[in-house]
Amino acid sequence: MCDHTFVAITFGPCDSCTLNKPLMNIYLQNEPVNYCSLCVEMMACQGLTQGENLASLKAESEGLKLRLEEERAKLHDVELHQAAEKVEPLGQLVTKARRSLKGHGNKVLCTDWCRDKRRLVSSSQVTEHAVTMPCTWVMACAYAPSGCAIACGGLDNKCSVYPLSLDKNENLSAKKKSVAMHTNYLSACSFTNSDMQILTSSGDGTCALWDVESGQLLQSFHGHSADVLSLDLAPSETGNTFVSGGCDKKANVWDMRSGQNIQSFETHESDINSVKYYPSGDAFATGSDDATCRLYDLRADREVAIYSKESIIFGASSVDFSISGRLLFAGYNDYTINVWDVLKGTRVSILFGHENRVSTVRVSPDGTAFCSGSWDHTLRVRTGRYLSLSDTHTHTHTHTHSLT
Amino acid sequence: MSNNSANSSNLVIAQKAVKQLRLEASIRRVKVSQAAADLKTFCLQNASKDPLLVGVPSSDNPFRPPKSCALF
Repeated sequence: MCDHTFVAITFGPCDSCTLNKPLMNIYLQNEPVNYCSLCVEMMACQGLTQGENLASLKAESEGLKLRLEEERAKLHDVELHQAAEKVEPLGQLVTKARRSLKGHGNKVLCTDWCRDKRRLVSSSQVTEHAVTMPCTWVMACAYAPSGCAIACGGLDNKCSVYPLSLDKNENLSAKKKSVAMHTNYLSACSFTNSDMQILTSSGDGTCALWDVESGQLLQSFHGHSADVLSLDLAPSETGNTFVSGGCDKKANVWDMRSGQNIQSFETHESDINSVKYYPSGDAFATGSDDATCRLYDLRADREVAIYSKESIIFGASSVDFSISGRLLFAGYNDYTINVWDVLKGTRVSILFGHENRVSTVRVSPDGTAFCSGSWDHTLRVRTGRYLSLSDTHTHTHTHTHSLT
Repeated sequence: MSNNSANSSNLVIAQKAVKQLRLEASIRRVKVSQAAADLKTFCLQNASKDPLLVGVPSSDNPFRPPKSCALF
């Protein structure tokens, strides 16, 4: 029987089926072999259960899918916005631009806030604020919880960790540590609750959990059938789950310890670019190329809201919640940011100002501001507040606000 | 690849799919009305602490324009 903890994933011909696939290095009867994940499963499941054959498995599969649909439908007794009918509607959003950061030489692809709420790390097509990476596209970046390091990666298929230093002259590239290795681009990365572990997602269709110190692969997550574009960790302290979204239009929830895919949601009509947990951890939102954002509740096990408008036809690239979960900020490829009332399903604000696609939207950890990064080379930080409807007749702000 | 191993890999794929679906079918679910009520409660309970909803006084705002003082 093979040992299911494997140390490295390489790519090449499988020793069993000879196809070129991502390989697991395992021991078979004390001999090291390289099997693809399918052949590993085949070995583990040798021998069919009484009466099983392809036809009966297919039939069971169809039956289970139908049953899942029925079970989910039975519990669909009300829409979220109906349940929220009596909630006071939000008034006008008044925002103020606080910072416009123009240091990037190229498109901003990703940002992350430091837990001290004052610093941002961002990555772009060529360089990021802290270090210059020896490759052209840095697609993912993340701050370590301690604020002492950042992780980033992209088309180099790796995730590297750079310790941060107050000494501006220090050559940070020299201290970089390669932690993760995928067989395709790195789309997202995130530290877990400590500086010691990193979760990554990749164009190779997998997510993986790595030990920063040794670079060892601790767990890998298989289940997506195409590039995984985004991931987000559940907010609870003891949380051991995360959600991922990808080009297979699916959003999957995973158990970090076992690698098991616990729940799967497939209602989007195109690639899911961004996933983000609701602050309570009971739900998550997604932004997709199908021009909609959706809210999925984990305990009801279904989609409970769609945030869309006929006038919005460009994909949503990035989503984030305000800290109460009432507002959903979503950046779109038509250069705007739409702000949605999560409970009522309505759009409460549209923010202009970027001169190119908005690639990333992040609310600061204490919720006082949100930052948007764009292909127009800038990062804009804004604060704001909602006036209640009774306040609005004393103000004459229009419904749309410029980011500049 | 022999026909036999093509068949057995299809079989394993089907077994994996059924295993996953069985797992998904077995999880406990709540009614949407219950889930929606909880989402609503969370929002309302935390609304007063949400600076993007209620705003923060200028003195607490970390992003306010820095004031300078001149000493004569």
